[in-house]
Amino acid sequence: MSYSLAKVDQIIDGYGADKEALVQILLDIQHEFRWLSREILLHTADRLGLPMNQLYNVTTFYKHFSLVPQGRHAVSVCVGTACHVRGATQLLNRVSQGLKLSPDETSADEKFSLKTVSCLGCCALGPVMVVDGKYMSNPTANEITEIAEECE
Amino acid sequence: MSQLSMTINGQQVQVTEGMTILEASREAGIYIPTLCHNENLESYGSCRICVVEIGEGERKKIVASCLYNVSEGLVVETETEKINNYRRIILNLLMHRWDKIPVELLERYGAKRDDRFVDNMTYCILCGLCVRFCREIKGANVLGFIGRGTIRQVVIFPNQAAKYCANSCPHEMECLDYCPTGVISSSYYGSRPADGQPLPHAHPICINEDINILEILERVGNV
Repeated sequence: MSYSLAKVDQIIDGYGADKEALVQILLDIQHEFRWLSREILLHTADRLGLPMNQLYNVTTFYKHFSLVPQGRHAVSVCVGTACHVRGATQLLNRVSQGLKLSPDETSADEKFSLKTVSCLGCCALGPVMVVDGKYMSNPTANEITEIAEECE
Repeated sequence: MSQLSMTINGQQVQVTEGMTILEASREAGIYIPTLCHNENLESYGSCRICVVEIGEGERKKIVASCLYNVSEGLVVETETEKINNYRRIILNLLMHRWDKIPVELLERYGAKRDDRFVDNMTYCILCGLCVRFCREIKGANVLGFIGRGTIRQVVIFPNQAAKYCANSCPHEMECLDYCPTGVISSSYYGSRPADGQPLPHAHPICINEDINILEILERVGNV
């Protein structure tokens, strides 16, 4: 058994292989691997005694779950109303150019994933960008390049 | 199971504890329209056409009768202006997915085509009858939902189909009979998949292979 499936087993056992805890289990697995591969979903279904259609039902219902690989660093740009008014479009363009990524894309080396979000609850800082949980208010093109270089 | 007494449309009726309002009404011969309900399956409450008004005066509220259990002294109205308006709107919306809604239903609630809504004739009203039949009665889980909101759709999982269809439904695809619009039937081309063979791909609500779920998601912009 590969390392990843052993880790999945460990997470599932942590919840007593309870199928009621499906969402929580999937959240933990995704936290560990950044996304949910088909192999992992099949294994989870098997362990919990749930059919695959139910796992696809749940994982495609919640936007948080990703069925495609995600980068090591999650970059979010807020395009909510307040940020939009304060220049989110320009910020998104700068970030896209700086990371050479379009929104909802993951770079080929799986370093970054770029996505847009609607409101992060800190409109006074807008337009806002978040890299791995770190909030940045209206970063310049240079700052974005610096951050991109700092990340492993 | 104890007997309860309740009021439906001003009529006193005796019902059994644990019944839903829908069952109680049908037993009393009172009509409530349904689209996603089937006696053999668990209630689901996706079509909302069975809504009724319960309570009195200020405390009135609207509930799905197929899911709401009866209680002692419950007062139910099945055909108020408000409810019929709800039903009309639901039918108005459904008309743009399925152009063969039973005419009596449309006429009863005065539903007419509304140009505000764009036609999207998927012929699937997302009632989930096929999905629930496959899961609850057959335990085969060949059909399932993916996505949510406007992109929610029924998909066939071919790996499951190859594994279970032939055993679960040896004579004919029984889920076809459960589909109110017949779209599942046209998706299958009326034929059953041969063992291990992928399903004939006929309609966008169906996908060919498990893994193509990604393609579908990509197409509908959910990735």
